Amino acid sequence: MELILQQLINGISLGSVYALIALGYTMVYGIIKLINFAHGEIFMLGALAGFFAITVLGLPFFLALVLAMAVCATLGVVMERIAYKPLRNAHRIAALMTAVGLSLFYQSFTIYTVGATPKAFPRIPVQTWEIFGVAISNRQLIILVTAISLMVLLQFIVHKTKMGKAMRAVSFDRDAARSMGISVDKTISFTFAIGSSLAAAAGVLFGMYYGTVHPMMGLLPGLKAFVAAVLGGIGIIPGAMLGGMILGLAEAGVSALGFSTFRDAVAFAILIIILIVRPSGLLGKNVREKV
Amino acid sequence: MKKLLVITGFVVFGVIIQFLIWNGIINNYYAQVFTLMSIFIILATSLNLINGITGQFSLGHAGFAAVGGYFSAIVTTRLDLGLSDFTTFLLALLVGGLVAAFAGFLIGLPTLRLRGDYLAIATLGFGEIIRVLFLNWKYVGAASGMWGIPGYTNFLWAYLVAVVTVLFIVNFMHTSHGRACLSIREDEIAAETMGINTTKYKVIAFTFGAFFAGVAGGIFAHLIRLLHPQSFTFMFSVEILLMVVLGGLGSITGSIAAAILLTTLTEALRQFSELRMVIYALMLIGIMIFRPQGLLGTKELSADSMVKWWAWIKKLLGRTKRVGEQVDNTKDS
Repeated sequence: MELILQQLINGISLGSVYALIALGYTMVYGIIKLINFAHGEIFMLGALAGFFAITVLGLPFFLALVLAMAVCATLGVVMERIAYKPLRNAHRIAALMTAVGLSLFYQSFTIYTVGATPKAFPRIPVQTWEIFGVAISNRQLIILVTAISLMVLLQFIVHKTKMGKAMRAVSFDRDAARSMGISVDKTISFTFAIGSSLAAAAGVLFGMYYGTVHPMMGLLPGLKAFVAAVLGGIGIIPGAMLGGMILGLAEAGVSALGFSTFRDAVAFAILIIILIVRPSGLLGKNVREKV
Repeated sequence: MKKLLVITGFVVFGVIIQFLIWNGIINNYYAQVFTLMSIFIILATSLNLINGITGQFSLGHAGFAAVGGYFSAIVTTRLDLGLSDFTTFLLALLVGGLVAAFAGFLIGLPTLRLRGDYLAIATLGFGEIIRVLFLNWKYVGAASGMWGIPGYTNFLWAYLVAVVTVLFIVNFMHTSHGRACLSIREDEIAAETMGINTTKYKVIAFTFGAFFAGVAGGIFAHLIRLLHPQSFTFMFSVEILLMVVLGGLGSITGSIAAAILLTTLTEALRQFSELRMVIYALMLIGIMIFRPQGLLGTKELSADSMVKWWAWIKKLLGRTKRVGEQVDNTKDS
């Protein structure tokens, strides 16, 4: 029982990181129907930005988190303007290929400039509390609290602000939104900014939790977060949170059962099953294809 | 008749190159580069069969190459068949290809109901699963890799397999099955309305593509003589994809040219291997933004078109005044 509870906590803290990344995937997909492959690399760049903010600038953890989010938000907007905007009306495969290319570019460029060796992320000294025989560390608590408050903030932005309304309108029907006087370009940029900053926050939290950052760290969490987004129903914000949590729990469960080397395969197995059984995701609605 | 001549010409060319390698006129380094080129030609053209001709976006080609590589290496190292080197290797390549084709069939059957970007992700996922499975399979060395694979591959092997692959795919394109695949690329719904069993042809293309990727993996394994799951990552798939995209989705000669070009580029940039991936990535983005159909589009390079181009260049040199019109005229040819 205690073991199960313990894995539950581990799974939820990992899952909330996946959920944060998945949110960016889902929002971008919802608004321009593009799988932003480079999103995992934004996560990695966020972690690196946090690393440099703490080590070089000497900022405290939470300020570093905010700075990393700001840096990545800018990066996300610039990326959209340069690489994705010219392809907005092109074939979807072309846009997907560009995203793969961008992801490759961020990886190789960071390896070229920063170096491929993992760097030790300065960590907060660990403190563990025992609650009902279950150990929970302050690091896990920080991840949970930060992730949940960011998600609440996101829900507020999407549902209560004017920009959020514009985002929902553009993702519902871009042309209709444009004719209602909504600036589509601005809204898309805003979506990229929010999604990228969430990924950056996830990156810094991930770095803090695992203690290392390196240029290839974005690949697997990025792909898994995408799986989380598909699992919950891509384009649906609560779906991404749910999917992230399920994925985190599944991975923790597999590790607990002693198959930790198969951990990376679990996410993809889930993906393939969900794509075959219910392609629109857990919370998604089935959309009939029209000719 | 003309076709037969061309094929014989290509085979004779390969034999001559191999003789030059045996005589030491072409040194071992170049021999290896030429062999790699042939392997990448197989990989790129077989991926083109899936991505370019049938229009199904697959990101798992490295996975099929891994399956082929591992299973052919099992035949040559783990089984004691007592056959001559030649037959063992031929058998190994066939086994590797068939197992990869079977994997392609298994993967294709459920996932090919998906389209576009979902399919891409599903194939990527399968590629990763295959890699994780090999990473955990003790029989083939798990994480320490598979050692002691005999170096059966020489240039002629890789080259002849490449010739066979290209021949097969070009001929396949001109059969009714190939036409069906092309029609799926152009408009899936229209193809279905015309009575084409789209799932069947997608699976056929996927299985054949996987077969050749598996054979290429087998040749690759017996060239570098060491297999490790880490050499068949997502990046490897992207590298093959870049060749297909660079040459043009649907252009076989384009894939061949791009495979030769990129292998040469890789060797030329060997000293700057970190910069190489930056350049590849920028190339990929640049091509997609400025020329999404690839350098050749769906056009093919052939002797006839060469003659036409030569005539065009001569004309251009003679009358430089009306360049604009000339360009427009020759675009269609």
